[in-house]
Amino acid sequence: MKYVDSFRDPAIAAPLCDRLKTRGAALAARGGRARIMEVCGSHTMAVGRHGIRQLLPENVTLISGPGCPVCVTAPGYIDAAIALARRGVTIATFGDMLHVPGSEGTLGECRSGGASVEVCYSPRSARDLALARPDREVVFLAIGFETTIAPVVSLVDLALREHIGNLSLLTAFKLVPPALRAVLDDPEIQVDAFLCPAHVSAIIGPRTYEPFARDFRKPCVIAGFEPLDILFGLCAILDQMVEGRASVENLYERVVHEDGNPIARALMDRYLRPVAARWRGLGQLPDSGLMLRDEFVRYDAEKRFDVPVGPGRESPGCLCGEVIKGKRSPLECPLFAQRCTPTDPVGPCMVSSEGTCSAYYKYERRMRA
Amino acid sequence: MRQRETSIQLAHGGGGVMSRNLIRDEIVSRFGRGPLEGLPDAARISIAGRELLFTTDSYVVTPLEFPGGNIGSLAVHGTVNDLAVSGGRPRWLSLGLILEEGLPFEVLRRVLDAIVAAATACDVRVATGDTKVVARGQCDGMFINTSGIGDPIPGFRLGPERLRPGDWVLASGTLGDHGMAVLAARAGIGIMGGPVSDSAPVHRLVEAAAAFAGGVRFMRDPTRGGIASVLNEAVEGQAVGILLREAVLPFAPGTRSAAEMLGLDLLNVACEGRLLMICEPGVGEGILETWHRLPEGQRACRIGEVDDRGGAVILETVMGSRRLVDVPQGEVLPRIC
Repeated sequence: MKYVDSFRDPAIAAPLCDRLKTRGAALAARGGRARIMEVCGSHTMAVGRHGIRQLLPENVTLISGPGCPVCVTAPGYIDAAIALARRGVTIATFGDMLHVPGSEGTLGECRSGGASVEVCYSPRSARDLALARPDREVVFLAIGFETTIAPVVSLVDLALREHIGNLSLLTAFKLVPPALRAVLDDPEIQVDAFLCPAHVSAIIGPRTYEPFARDFRKPCVIAGFEPLDILFGLCAILDQMVEGRASVENLYERVVHEDGNPIARALMDRYLRPVAARWRGLGQLPDSGLMLRDEFVRYDAEKRFDVPVGPGRESPGCLCGEVIKGKRSPLECPLFAQRCTPTDPVGPCMVSSEGTCSAYYKYERRMRA
Repeated sequence: MRQRETSIQLAHGGGGVMSRNLIRDEIVSRFGRGPLEGLPDAARISIAGRELLFTTDSYVVTPLEFPGGNIGSLAVHGTVNDLAVSGGRPRWLSLGLILEEGLPFEVLRRVLDAIVAAATACDVRVATGDTKVVARGQCDGMFINTSGIGDPIPGFRLGPERLRPGDWVLASGTLGDHGMAVLAARAGIGIMGGPVSDSAPVHRLVEAAAAFAGGVRFMRDPTRGGIASVLNEAVEGQAVGILLREAVLPFAPGTRSAAEMLGLDLLNVACEGRLLMICEPGVGEGILETWHRLPEGQRACRIGEVDDRGGAVILETVMGSRRLVDVPQGEVLPRIC
């Protein structure tokens, strides 16, 4: 556990917190403040789990970004998955997707009604399912950002090599950089800097963020998910802001290499091509998603079973869209912890284990009472 | 009407909020008077003027065998522990077996041998039983039900309403080992020195604390939903809360590795051989000393205190900040016991 405990060492945390305070004070002295967007849902959860918000100076605010793959998946996608399940296809999925509300219901409810929905910890389990049940069609719910895309698309690689004919993907892959651009293009969202996602950066590499630092003058710091990683990352952001700099810094060098992961990107490039994607909250963004190239269309469940993914209908009153963009905090949503709870979620941000509302509910809802 | 309102979902059995609602709305509303009131781990009943403790539990764990035990040892320990944490001395067990067509005899024999060994170690006797066989696909290898009868140990007066600020929260050993062992076995996650179930009886720990019985306010074995569930239940609707200190929480290294890899919070993960006790501050040291003399109490420690933060369980992190420890929601880990 050396590699966990050494990244949670209180003796190192204390001086980092002091540095955050002095940097915060330096900003405050000239009437400044820092609104830092932690892009990734895993960062949001880590911030909650380790109580990091309480360690920050008053004028430093963490805003959760659009980095939870489940949360940004549009309701129409869930509708399509449910339609497939009702047709007798076996749906293989990460567990979080079970309880995401579509226009009318969830996959979990569909499973209770008798549909075949299998929860997987790894995409490979979908391949095992397909091999074990050659009589059934298996569809893997292929959602996720760059981190997840490569391992998921390797399923197609496996299926081709092993001649598996009964496995396909319902894709809703999303790319992080176009979402960050959408955040910056929205005048209502005021973000001063990005705490960049850890594992996404391991695939795309730090250079991808350079336009945000250069053209938008936003500090971009890549940090890991342990509490010291996060504190260290926030210090680096405040350092840049105090010194009036904006650059890309990689503080997660133990995982994120200078050129990212070219092998993973080559795999993605071989099987996938860019496509406009629909994001919950952000709407339709050009070239912000990836879909299977035409020559691999037999692995594309949407085409194979002719279940077009429409926009679907979002739950009325739910502020998930605003929360995903960082415009509102979950605490500002009238449904939060009232009508919308993890047991009976109205929006996806409350369902996903990486969702912003779920993190606030789980770790912070009574801390403020 | 939505499906969740018309049929049972897996999450109803997860030990989280949905389980609690199911029990409250469908079971307590029908049977909630008398010994079932308050849903104790074991009911206090009286037969011919003699008070007895009575409990039952069903075991559906998958896989049937896991590092540290099997469904048989679990079926004895689980029921023995329900009696023990109710302040009882376990005496008699019933044994109901539901076997699936095709179950290998060698597996059945290993499970039955484990039942004999566990019952002997707990000093309980199997007094009655039943065996049914169902067709392939109608159960998963085998299911077991055990009921238990025990004698109340004099002196214990237990109940969450007795908690007072300043009380100590004690754990008898490392947390979350059983849930992680079963999950790792199920997922085929091979970790060197990986998690091993803590499945074991806690009745000797209870006996050892009997000398301090008057100062003991609350005892539970944190099974489904882990200590997060048990502690939240203890303070729900009360004027007191609980503050846990992350720095002192006892975890086995293999269990922690597996939990960190899978992103699970061990506070939500089941134990099957640990005792969680809340006691007056004056008897805390004494209880820990007696526990440390037992093999099952080697890693016993104080993990937190009762405070006046009504209804909330809070964790003081190693970073020095505080965060909520919530009741796990929904389908935490199905079929771990």
